[in-house]
Amino acid sequence: MDEYKILIVEDSPTMRQLIIFALKRIRNIKVVEAGDGVDGLKKLLSDTFHLVIVDINMPVMDGLKMISLIRKDNVYKNIPIIIITTEGGKEDKERAMALGANAYITKPISAPYVLNVVKELLNIS
Amino acid sequence: MEDSRGKNGSIFARAEEFLQAFKKGAEFTQELLKENEKLRFKVVQLEEESKSLSQATGSDTQKELVKKISRLEEEKRELLDRYREVESENRDFAQRYVEIEEENNNLANLYIASFQLHSTLDFKEVLQIILEIVINLIGAEKFGILLMDEKSRELQSMATEGIDKDDIPIIKPGEGIIGKVSESGEPYFVEEINEEGEINLLHPMVCIPLKIKEHVIGVIVIYKLLQQKKKFVEVDYELFTLLAGHAATAIFSSKLYSESERKLSTIQGFIDLLTK
Repeated sequence: MDEYKILIVEDSPTMRQLIIFALKRIRNIKVVEAGDGVDGLKKLLSDTFHLVIVDINMPVMDGLKMISLIRKDNVYKNIPIIIITTEGGKEDKERAMALGANAYITKPISAPYVLNVVKELLNIS
Repeated sequence: MEDSRGKNGSIFARAEEFLQAFKKGAEFTQELLKENEKLRFKVVQLEEESKSLSQATGSDTQKELVKKISRLEEEKRELLDRYREVESENRDFAQRYVEIEEENNNLANLYIASFQLHSTLDFKEVLQIILEIVINLIGAEKFGILLMDEKSRELQSMATEGIDKDDIPIIKPGEGIIGKVSESGEPYFVEEINEEGEINLLHPMVCIPLKIKEHVIGVIVIYKLLQQKKKFVEVDYELFTLLAGHAATAIFSSKLYSESERKLSTIQGFIDLLTK
């Protein structure tokens, strides 16, 4: 069975735990955590990931900057990216999607919804 | 002459014989015709009998078939009823599954919140975790944590999100909604969430007392929710209850710990001075 590696880039440990709980329903999943955009990029380069979950408002480097850098790289330009954020505005979503995000989820999150989006992007039935 | 007479006599005799044979043939033919007539009649009779017989056996089979059909229809009805029952049971199970799933998620949220609250003894970290819980689990945009000064019994803002910490005034016991909550220990929620308009720092939409047993040590005040959060759901009220108890103990323990640490380092300093 395939192993799925997911990178969670989120400055809040509470939020990271909530996302990990949601993803635990997927078998053979491995989660790597990062606290900001720079840490996230370092971890992304150090391993092979199937999907990235990223927050927008983070210290050091925000999520939007991180996404734009990921999409500029040929290796990662097709990796699925999910944004989980407090920013619920239409313009925020449009900006993030234009930068190359595949899905946009607003907080507070619903674990089943996050799970469904991840499964869809990873083509897990 | 006699010869010719004799010849004529034999001819007559042969003619007579022939006539006799012909008569017999005619009689035999007549008999055959009669017999044929009888047989035809018999055939017609038999055909009729056969027809009536087949009709009789046909109606029996029909009856059998009708019985079979009604039996099968009855079975079909029973099966349909059973199918409906199973379908309804299935719907109930699906509904129950959704409910359990929701309950499971809510419990997980509460567990994670509680786990995070007690994961540190650093006072600032505890405040930060409370802020994270209120943002990420409840979905608040503007809110603050006010703690009570043990001597003056006044509430003072310690940490905020979306508003300046110094903008929240010091609240005296019994003063306004916040002061009353801190005095009574009973949480306050607005009836309807008003998304529009300016926020009033003395009129929060939610005010949760932070209690250790019956002793209030502070309050959490929520002024505005995130724009995508339209209303409070069941788990929010459970989170408020959890915060009321667990956040209070986490704050209290971390404060005690930092005080004891401070005292310990002071004592250590004295000891070092005396021993050196």
